[in-house]
Amino acid sequence: MPVTTTKTAFWRGLRGGSPFILGAAPFGILFGVIATEAGLNIVEVMSMGVLVIAGASQFTALSQMQENAPVIMVLAAALAVNMRMAMYSAALAPHLGAAPFWQRAIAAYILVDNSYAVSAAEFERRPDQSISAKMAFYFGCALPVWIIWYAATLGGAMLGQTIPPEFALDFAVPIAFLAILAPLLRTLAHVAAALTSMVLGLALAFLPYSSGLLIAAAVAMIVGSEVERRMGRALP
Amino acid sequence: MNYSAVEIWVIILGLGLGTYLIRFSFLGPLGRARLPAFVLRLLRYTPVAVIPGLVAPLVLWPAATGGDPDAARILAALAAIALGVWTKNVIASILGGAAMLYLGLYLF
Repeated sequence: MPVTTTKTAFWRGLRGGSPFILGAAPFGILFGVIATEAGLNIVEVMSMGVLVIAGASQFTALSQMQENAPVIMVLAAALAVNMRMAMYSAALAPHLGAAPFWQRAIAAYILVDNSYAVSAAEFERRPDQSISAKMAFYFGCALPVWIIWYAATLGGAMLGQTIPPEFALDFAVPIAFLAILAPLLRTLAHVAAALTSMVLGLALAFLPYSSGLLIAAAVAMIVGSEVERRMGRALP
Repeated sequence: MNYSAVEIWVIILGLGLGTYLIRFSFLGPLGRARLPAFVLRLLRYTPVAVIPGLVAPLVLWPAATGGDPDAARILAALAAIALGVWTKNVIASILGGAAMLYLGLYLF
């Protein structure tokens, strides 16, 4: 029966997505703490967590704001981090594109690294499921992190007001970023892009309004994709 | 941080809306449009292209020391990266970086 298949798919998704709670909870807490310490009030912190629901770009916005970058540069840098989600959206569209509009509208809201990775792997393994089973799986695997993200952000925001400055929390943002970055350094192309970004980010740091970062990021993206293209050509 | 409440809300709403539109793009209005291969390839590298350029100056010239390089912070960053690459574990990387930071702040 279709209902049974849909339910099974939802539970399978929930199991697939649950391990990511461990990764999302600390980041949510950390974001809540840092954003509060930086001077945002609890409504602003929660609004950002709920409306953006993308840790890396929230940290990017925050660190740009701590440098007092102009609003437009804060947005440019933070949105640049999220451009990868266009790729996720394109990758899931062949599987979820036939679902009702309202379902796709909600699915887009909870499209994050882990819901993409888990469901893309599932749809590759079982491409012949019905559209409703695929959607059920997708919501199942996104749900744990979705809920945890709100709770952790709120917990962090409440905690943030109580942590004294001796804890050097200024440095929690760089460490959180490096922890996100390190597992991404899977291939030579990723390493090349990261090194380019680092060197140019330092060399162009003198440019006003963080504009050096955008130049560094653009060049690093080109370097990464060029290295991938050339390596791919060299391989059989 | 030195922003008016309006500027903070422009950032929050702009980032929320912009991020949503990026996510909705192909699940919504762009439907079954296909991205050219070179665009997909470029997009694959956005996180690794943005994060190091953002973090490197924060590590070398931390605001908390007035921009002077600080051994504890540099060692903490190296520990976080090394542990992250080695274990692929985000928590191990954060805890290792934090431990090295506090050890360094205590020693130096």
